[in-house]
Formats: sequence, C-alpha cells, structure tokens
Amino acid sequence: MKKSVFLGALTVAGLAAAGASAATLDDVKARGSLNCGVSSGLTGFSQPDANGVWQGFDVAVCRALAAAVLGDPTAVEFVPLTTQVRFTALASGEIDILARNTTWTFSRDTDLKLDFIGVNYYDGQGFMVPKELGVTSAKDLDGATVCIQTGTTTELNLADFFRTNNISYEPIPIETNAEAQQQYLAGACDVFTTDASGLASTRASFENPSDHVILPEIISKEPLGPAVRHGDNDWADIARWTLNALIAAEELGVTSANVAELGAAPTSNPEVNRLLGTEGELGAMIGLDADWAARAIAAGGNYGELFEKNIGVNTPIGLARGLNAQWTEGGLIYAPPFR
Amino acid sequence: MSDTHAQTVRYVRDTMIDPSAPPVSETGVVKWMRENLFSGWLNTVLTLIALYVIYTVLAGVLPWLWNSVWNTGSLSECREALMVTIGGGSHDGACFAVISDRWTQLMFGFYPPELYWRPILAFILMFVALAPILFADKVPAKLMIFTAAYPFLATWLLWGGSFWLPLLVIGGFVVAVVAYRVVASIGGTFAVIAAVLAAVLWWFFAMPAINGGLHKLVASTRMEATLAEQQEVLVVTPDMIAAAEAAQAAQSDLIAELVATKDAFVATAEAARDAGQEPDDATIAGFEAVMEELYVEREIHQAYSREIFALQQQVSTANGLIASIEGLPTWEAELPAATAALKEMQDNLPSELKGLISPNQAPEGTSSADIAALQAALDAESSLAALKRNIDGAYERIGLVGLEPVTSREFGGFMLALIIGIAGIVISLPLGILLALGRQANLPIVKGFSVVFIEVIRGVPLIVWLFTASLLLNYFLPPGTNFDLVLRVVIMVTLFSAAYIAEVIRGGLAALPKGQYEAADALGLDYWKSMRLIILPQALKISIPGIVNTFIGLFKDTTLVGIIGLLDPLNLSNSIRASTDWNGVYYELFVFIGLLFFVSCYSMGRYSLWLEKKLQRGHR
Amino acid sequence: MTISTDPPTQGFRLSQLIYDTRYRSYTIQVIAAILIVLGLSWLASNTVENLTALGKSFSLDFLGKRSGYDINQRLIEYDSNSTHGRAALVGILNTLLVAVLGCVTALILGVFFGVLRLSNNWIVSRLASVYVEGFRNVPLLLWIIAIFAVMTEATPSPRDFRGDDPAASMLLGDTVAVTNRGTYVPEPLFANGLGDVAVNPPGVFSDLYFEISLDLVVIVLTLIASFLVVKLVNGRAARIQNATGDRPNTFWTNLAIIVVPTGLLLWVLGFYLGYPELKGFNFQGGTHIRNSLLALWLSLSLYTGAFIAEIVRGGIQSVSKGQSEAAFALGLRANRTMSLIILPQAMRVIIPPLISQFLNLAKNSSLAIAIGYMDVRSTLGGITVNQTGRELEGILLVGIFYLLLSLIISTGMNWFNNRVKLKER
Repeated sequence: MKKSVFLGALTVAGLAAAGASAATLDDVKARGSLNCGVSSGLTGFSQPDANGVWQGFDVAVCRALAAAVLGDPTAVEFVPLTTQVRFTALASGEIDILARNTTWTFSRDTDLKLDFIGVNYYDGQGFMVPKELGVTSAKDLDGATVCIQTGTTTELNLADFFRTNNISYEPIPIETNAEAQQQYLAGACDVFTTDASGLASTRASFENPSDHVILPEIISKEPLGPAVRHGDNDWADIARWTLNALIAAEELGVTSANVAELGAAPTSNPEVNRLLGTEGELGAMIGLDADWAARAIAAGGNYGELFEKNIGVNTPIGLARGLNAQWTEGGLIYAPPFR
Repeated sequence: MSDTHAQTVRYVRDTMIDPSAPPVSETGVVKWMRENLFSGWLNTVLTLIALYVIYTVLAGVLPWLWNSVWNTGSLSECREALMVTIGGGSHDGACFAVISDRWTQLMFGFYPPELYWRPILAFILMFVALAPILFADKVPAKLMIFTAAYPFLATWLLWGGSFWLPLLVIGGFVVAVVAYRVVASIGGTFAVIAAVLAAVLWWFFAMPAINGGLHKLVASTRMEATLAEQQEVLVVTPDMIAAAEAAQAAQSDLIAELVATKDAFVATAEAARDAGQEPDDATIAGFEAVMEELYVEREIHQAYSREIFALQQQVSTANGLIASIEGLPTWEAELPAATAALKEMQDNLPSELKGLISPNQAPEGTSSADIAALQAALDAESSLAALKRNIDGAYERIGLVGLEPVTSREFGGFMLALIIGIAGIVISLPLGILLALGRQANLPIVKGFSVVFIEVIRGVPLIVWLFTASLLLNYFLPPGTNFDLVLRVVIMVTLFSAAYIAEVIRGGLAALPKGQYEAADALGLDYWKSMRLIILPQALKISIPGIVNTFIGLFKDTTLVGIIGLLDPLNLSNSIRASTDWNGVYYELFVFIGLLFFVSCYSMGRYSLWLEKKLQRGHR
Repeated sequence: MTISTDPPTQGFRLSQLIYDTRYRSYTIQVIAAILIVLGLSWLASNTVENLTALGKSFSLDFLGKRSGYDINQRLIEYDSNSTHGRAALVGILNTLLVAVLGCVTALILGVFFGVLRLSNNWIVSRLASVYVEGFRNVPLLLWIIAIFAVMTEATPSPRDFRGDDPAASMLLGDTVAVTNRGTYVPEPLFANGLGDVAVNPPGVFSDLYFEISLDLVVIVLTLIASFLVVKLVNGRAARIQNATGDRPNTFWTNLAIIVVPTGLLLWVLGFYLGYPELKGFNFQGGTHIRNSLLALWLSLSLYTGAFIAEIVRGGIQSVSKGQSEAAFALGLRANRTMSLIILPQAMRVIIPPLISQFLNLAKNSSLAIAIGYMDVRSTLGGITVNQTGRELEGILLVGIFYLLLSLIISTGMNWFNNRVKLKER
C-alpha cells in the first residue's frame, strides 16, 4: 500500500525515494546500495576523510554488511545522524541499519522498536580530569562541574552515579564533542565525561595529553552496537550474522589477506569452511549466496583488523583491546558457533 | 559719522593683509580630527573608548592571524610548526591548514569532485537567470524565458539524471496552459481547476510512464553494448587500481621520509627551545622547506586516493549495471507470478484485515493464523514493490542519457545552504503571493485560513519546524511514504518562508495607492486580471528589497539544518574535527565559515539597500 | 404612462453561484472550507494510521514519568527524580527568563548603537556600523557558539583564584567573582526569615508546585503600600497646588515613606548579603549566573540589537528635518525637542518592526541547546523526547508553547503600539 504514485513523481524529479517495509533485503537489493546511519563525526568510529569517503569502526560494519549483501563494500550511502533524529530515521525507513555508537538498553530494544543485532564495542562511561587537580577517584568529585554531551545515556548515568554516591555536581550539557573539549581545556569544567573510548581519543588530540588523567572508575555499561528496525527478522539475521562472521573470522584466524585463499577450497577446519561457504549451506539459510561472509571479511578485514586499523593502539586514538578482546583472550567478544 | 571716526580712530589701515595660511588646527587631518573625533568632551571620551576597543580586539586577534599556519597535514604538525617558528602553542597562531585541506568539502560537501562543474555552472547561470529581475532596465526582456526555465535546469544540473526529466516537468506546465486555453475557449469558469487537474494528472501519471518508457526504450537499444562495455571496465579497472595503489604506496614512502626529516628538524628546534634559545635559522628554514615539500607531496597522495576511489566507484557501477542487465530477464519473468500470488494472498485475507498496513492494526481477537496471513501478504507486497523498483531502477540505470545522478546525501557545505535558501525562496514566492492576497481578501474563511497559517508559521521557531520535517513529517504523510531529507527540509523551509514572504508582499500591496485598485476596477478588470496586470507587478517591484532581506535571513538560518543531521558548513566542521588529523581545531573553522556568510550576506544586503534607494527615486 | 422602475425579479439560479459576483464569493469560500477540512482530516487520519501501524498511541503520560536527568540552570526546585513535566516547566521558565532579559538589553543596545551610528564622531559611527553589519550578516548560531567560547577563554577559571598568589581575584571588594563558569554575585539572605510557603496544586497540575519566599512577599507588599501612600501624598500636593499655586516639596517625605518601612522590615528580618566563596572545585554561596545564560543573553541581545539599531536609525532619520527646526524655532531645548517632537514621531516608525524583532529574539532563544542552556527546546523538545521516544507529543507541545509566547508578546506590543500611535483625525 505504498503510495507509489507520489513516490514515482518524486523519483522522476531526480530525488531519491525509499519506503520503510518489512522486506529490507529486497529494498536494499533493488536500490543497489545500503543506507547506513552513522554519527556525523565521532573520531575513530565514523568520520569523512578529505575525499569525502567515510572511515571508522562503525562505518566498517556497514561496509562489511554491504559487501555481504550486495557484493560491494562501497555500495553504501552513509546518512549522518544526530542523536536526536537517529531512532526516527531508522523507524521511518530512511536507513536500513543504524551503526552510530548506540548503547543497547532495555527500553530502546523494546519501547523504541529497535532490534540490536549485537555489540561491536563494549564501552563504559568514564571521567577525565586535569592532573593538577590531584583527583584520583570519581568519588572525590563532590561539587565539581562536569561537562557532558547531551542526548545520550551519558547524562542519565551521571545523574544516577552522583545520586547513589550522594555527592553533588553541576552539569554543563554540551551539544558537540568539539565544544566539550574547548570548554574542558579552558577550565570551564573540572571533569569531562563521556564513553571511555571518546575520552581516549579526545585526550590524544590535546596539546599535552599527559596533563590529563582518565579516572579508573567506569560508571556504566555501554554496549555499543548496530541496530535494525524491529519487525524484519530476516534482515536482522543477516546483519547479526555478518557482525558475528567478522568476530568469528578473527577467532578462526581468517583475515582479509588469507580469506581468498582459505575460501577457494575447503580447509581442514570445518568451521572455517562453513563460515566461508565451502561447506554447508549457511548463506542460503539467510537468503544470501555461499561466500557472503568471505566478502564481508574481505571488505575491510576481520573484527580484530578493523579494530587495529581504526581505533587500535597504533592509531592516534590508541585504544587497547581490553573488554573487546576475543573471549579466548579474556575479553567479551564472542561469536556464536557457525553451524 | 566720519567725523567721529576722525576723532576717535588714530590709525586706519588702508591696505589689505595678505591672506595667511589657516591655522594648523583648521586644516587637513587636524581639522578633520577636531571636527569628527574631538568636537566636545563627550566625543573625545567616545573616541578614546572606541580606540581602546579597537586596540584590544586587534591586539588579541592580529598576532593569531599573523602567525597562522597554512600548509601542514594535521593539527599536531601545526603545533610543531608554531613551536619551531615562534616557540608558541596553538593559542599563538591559527591553524588554517585545516581550511586548505578541507575547503572544497566546506563548499560542496561530498559532491563528487569531478562533477564540481555542475554546481558551479548552476551557480553562474543563476545570475544570468536573476538578471531580468534584479537589473530589469539593463537586460533584454526575452531573458525571462531563461529565468523561467532555470529552476528546472538547475535541478537537473545538481541532481543529474536523464536530460528529458526537466523537459517532462516543464511539460506539465505546458499541459496546464493548454488545458486552461481549451476549457476557457469553451467558456468554462473552471479553466483554472482544469489546468491544475491536467498538470497533476500529467506529473503523477503520464510523466512517470513516459519517463519509464523512454528509459526502457533507450535501455533496450544498448543492453548488449553496455554489458560488453561494463565487462571491459571490470577487466581493465582492477589493474588501474593496482597501479594507482602502487603509486600511492610509493608516495606514502616518500612522505614518510619527509616526515622523518621534518621530525629531525622539530627535535633540533625543540631542544633549542627547551634550552631557552631560538633555534638557528638553518633549522627553521629547513623545517619550512620540508613542510612546503610535504604539502605538495601530500596533495599528490590525496590525488591518488581520489583516483582510486573514483576507480572503485566505476567498478561498483559496472557491477551494478551488469547485475541489472543479467537480472532483468529473471526479474521480469518473476513479476507476473509474484503479482498473482500477492493478489491471491490478499483475496484470501478475512475482509476486516484487508487494506491494513500493519498487524498492529488488526482488531482485537483476530486469530493468530489470520495475523500471520496478513504479515505474509504485507511481506509479499513489499517484496513485489521492491521487485518493481528493481526493474525500473535497472532500466533507469541502463537507459540513462544525460548527467550522472548525484544523491542529495552527497550535498553539503555552502552548496547545501544555498540550495535550501534559494529553493525555499523561489518556491515560496507563488505561495507567499497567494497567502498575501488571501489575507487581504474579502472572504472570511480564506482570510482566516491565511492569517492562521501565517501566524502559526511565524510564531514557532524554524528549528521546531525542522524537527517537524525530520521527525514528524512521516507521521503526517500516507503510511509508507518516505523521501529524501533534503527535500523534506526544502518543503518545510518553503512553508516557513512563504509566511514571511506573504508579510513582505502584504506590505507591498498596502504601500500601493488606493487609486491603483480603483483604476483597475474602473477599467472593468476582474479580480485576477487586475491583480496580474496592475497590482502585483507594482507591489512585487517594491517588495524586492524585503524579499532579498528575507532571503538573507533564510540563508543564515540554513545553519540550523545541522541540528537534524544535514551537513551544512557548521555541522561539516564537526565531521572534519572528528578526523584524527584535525581533532581539536576550533576557531579556525568558525572564522572561515563566518567570513563566507558575512561576504555573501553583506553583498546581498548592499544590493537590497541600493535597490531600495533606486525604487524610492523611481517613485518620486 | 407609467414606467416600472422595479428590476426584473428572477429566482435564484444555480449558475449564479459561479457567474454572479455576489454569490461567487460564497462558492469560493465553501470550496476553500471543504478543501481545508479535507486537508486537515487527511493529515489527522494519516497520523492515526501511522501511529497504530507503529504500535504507538498519542498520550501525554510521559510527562508524569521520572525524568532521570539533571538541569543545572533552574528557577524552581528540580532534580533527577522530578517528572518530565517538571523538566519542561524548568525549560519554559528558562526560555522566558532569557527572552525577557534579552529583549530589555537588545532594546538598550539597539537604541545606543542606532544613535551612535548617526554620531558625528567618525570613528564611533564606523565602529557602530562594523558592529551592526558584523552581527546582521553572520548566522546567530555561529555568534552564540563563538561568544560562549570566547567568554570561557577570556575569563579565569575558579582554579586561578586559588593559591597564595592567585592569577585572578574577585572584584568589588571580594564580593563578585567572574569566572568562566559564570559570575557569582552576593545573594540577599535573612537571619530571621519568615520561611517559605509551598503551593501544591492538585491533580494534573501537581507538577506546578512551587515555593514562595514569605520574606519576598512581605517586602513587596510593604513597597506597594509605600507607593500607595506616596500617591496619596502627591495627590494632596497637587490639590494644594491647584488651590494655592504653590506645590509643597514632597521629595523628602516621599523618600522617607519608601525607604523607612522597607529598611525597618529588612532590619527586623535580619537582612544580610551572602558572599560567594571558593570552596572545593567551585565558588559556593552567592547567586550563580551561569556562563551559558550570560553567553546566550549576550549573543541574543547583540544580534537582535544590531537589527534594532538599524530600525532606530531609520526611525530617527524618517522624521523630517523641518520638525526639529520648527521645534527649535519654538524655542524648545534640544532634549525637549527629542522627547516631545522627534521621538514620538520616530516611535510610529520604530515600534511595528520592533515587535517582530522581539518575537524573533524569543524564537531564537531556541538555539540555546548549542551552548547547553536548558531551555524548553532542550528539555522537553530535546532530552525528554530523546529518552521517551515521544517525538510527536513533545515537538507538538514545544510548538504550542512558542506559538502562545509569540501571541502574548505580539498582543502586548500591539496594545502598546496602539497607545503610542499618533492619533490621526
């Protein structure tokens, strides 16, 4: 019951049109590109480079999905979204997947009609303070002025933290990260709080990073993950297992360098074979061809490669794997078995 | 009298004194300063205060501008450059290198660089189109035809697509005129209604059909050729990509070497600075030379990246086209079966579920089997719609004759601000005229509606309307309708500015002497004729300055679209800061954006002032 | 011979609805009304259908739920346990606060710079032009962000007040602290205060509870009473003047009537000033005027002031030179000329555009979110909508609030305009 007449006229006028529907996969294929909602700028997770090509850890998830579904990691239309409009954009069908460092919470999963397909980064809210203040614990922050970014779970966590510890604070809500940095550096707030990954990348950009410390307390769980619209389980499956394929690939030692070789013929490891489609029919079960996962991995690499390339210790952001190491190495990253 | 003089005056000079030079205080700079700056104690105090203000501002800003760095690749390099050259930090000099790195993005957003000529051409042509309106006395009136065609031409240039699209859209107006003439000649008063109806029918039914047909026609003639061509692309391009990547890697090595040299200079300079000395001239000169070289080499590196990206896009397009061509026969074969299956599913639904768009709408107590059937029917329906779109899209891709399509997601920066501002004003003009006439009309319902519309729109901030466009429009439109955010924003901005334009034009209408209305009535002209021939030409002419001012306001307000996620210059600056290279750059981007806005708004404001004066003269 | 002057009477024909101008307007109106009703019902039915399809319903229940977030700038009691409705109220009051403050200063700045632009002093008039053009031609959002940033950079942080040889010190005898978190000024306190009275409205309005300081009420009542007495005294003086021609000097009496009771009252209540003091991370005590409020207030006033300056300049210039020359010829002094001749005439030109500038300022205050000032757009239309997912209801409420605000301002200003308008006969 699409009003195709209305759409037709607009399409003819040279303007893109799309509709929300249950059959996201069909839509994506018909369009020939994946609409991916990202942050309009979050260091390491999504940012356009000088040529206007989107880069980052969240962006890579979309590229892998596009490679799996359409066979082309560049067939992605990135839709920059602010925190205020991100859920509506997904609900209205403007985007097919939301990869915008969104925290998986109960109410978002249920009440806001999102379906989180997994976690691509385990984060937590932390605090950064100037070293000269001599603060060593967040509990010493009684009466402090705190810069926070609005429109996220951050402000709710902060209110809860100070309330449970029965200490007072003065929030300074700030719209953009750049502004928060400026305010913090000018000393307008004593503390800057956001996700620990954001703190690390912010600190790395300072003129004198060593003058600032990130406090040991992590006051919240922030499982950041991509989300799709509630109600299209087939599409959710595809997105979920593409992410899992990237994670499993790291565990199984499949990289962008050897994926072509491993996928050419069955290897001795049956799980690798099932993952890369040389054995079994996993691709067909989700409506894709056999080497969907191989394409997703070839697009940018497995989970570990993506991590190292975009936010790892060798980048200016310099995040250690920590919680985001594979479960075999003491982290939380864990893909269900491919069988 | 002369007697008294003779007695009282002892000496009378009988020659004139030579005119002497005026005292220093009454000439030149001094006189000017005395008259203009120090004519009284109040003025003197004001002058001193003003001088102090100017001094503080300049003392704060000038050194920062003077020490600015233009050619580094990242903020940290900017800091190094400032440390080496002046021994300061990022507060002592501006890092305008971010502008030289990203200015094209701030201007065009993510518009493909090889297609920049299109927005530029559209921009230049805009002045040609505006000439008959803004400089009516100096330009041949025939240019008005171009002005009328310009909106369609510009849309086509910006978004691309097949060349017949703008012609088809214009066709709608032709159809409307023909319908009007035909019905009017029969003598019907319904001519206007007929015209509107004909245009709507044309745009909504005939045009998509003709457009699809043309694409199909062209596509059918070149199917084989395109397939061969694109397969050729797939064969050739990977090698080209590999070559470009190899060249880029070599370039990266070169850059790495230069960076190492630079780091050595920085280390030397830092050691000197730490010891409290100036680094020697050789170090500074060497550093600056290396930075220059680095800048050039990085440009080349970036050019390779662009080339690789363009080639990848080509591969992507080729893959898409091949998939379309190969898929078309299958899809078309599937179509009848899918249509029949859907029809059957829908027929089998219980009557109370027919026409529903979501299982949520099902009445209480519907059996779960029925709900499942409804869900299946809905899924089948959207699959079928996707299939149809697939086929149409394939033909459109293959049969394209014209400019490469660019989606509005790629629009950004000043281009986006201009597009939203100009489209908003141009489309809102007719609407604003109607509203202004409605507000003046003698018809209580029409008048009431116009007043309520204008006041509601003007009473609520633009930002709330933009949120409405991005969050709520989907609720108000038929279910399943969803279109481009830029288009939604343009619609909302159009409604917004229509209310303001209506008020401007109402002022113009009110400023006309009453005699004009009476004269038009005396000639026996009906309402529309008197408006079209007598009143509006005059009212619009005196409204132009007001319209230009509304446009300036609207253009500045386009910075708000960033709040709903469009990449206007201000929001783009956040994206730029998100890259690790420029994370931490703050004022430089604001200065650049502010300057651009200032230059464009100031010149438009001057124009409107000039026009106002000219019109005043014309009226006397 | 009789000539009938009666026009031929004809019955009403349907075609008259189209061809007869007397009836055609009814036809047009009926069609318009039908179209409007159809359009509105189309929108409404779409909304209902979309809402049910999404499984949502239109409900304002979320206003009664716990908000969970804190707001730093608040005129009434609020914390994260309060409801979303209460948060909206805090936002509304903040919007009103900055709008009122902004309108007053914008008017002052506008008049000041409008007059300066006409000054004979070259440098001053040029500076005024730079101010006007600079603010008029750059987007407000940019100014708000820039002014906020510059204010933070230019003022010392509370840390700088610390230590034996602090980098910054308090002003006006250690009573006022200007920091980059805001300005701390002394606050009035009462040693023997009368306390507060809580007002708790019942039912759905329970979020509107507030506390009112009895001290303030008493002081205001005393002042009102004093002014009533002053009015009586003045009336008596006028009567004496009418009767005898001499007006008794009432200045000192009036001053005493106003000052003494209030002063006595303050003394009884134990009035003293609470000074800000650096404790821990921040100054404590005193009244804290936050930087976000100051920056928003300043940028809104400067921006709107630039527009008002142009209006004022145009208004003054619109009064023809003959008017002031005639006034001088009558022997009026310069200030009397301005206040009696020029300004009343200029007002007629100034006030209508001034109204729309005040409206613009009120609406522009919705950009507050950019620097974290929690106005109604950031609380109700921002965080609340974001946390509850109630965008339809939230944005609708915000829109209605701004609409009401605009209507109130324009009604008030139009009333004022009608009062000062030149009465033409």
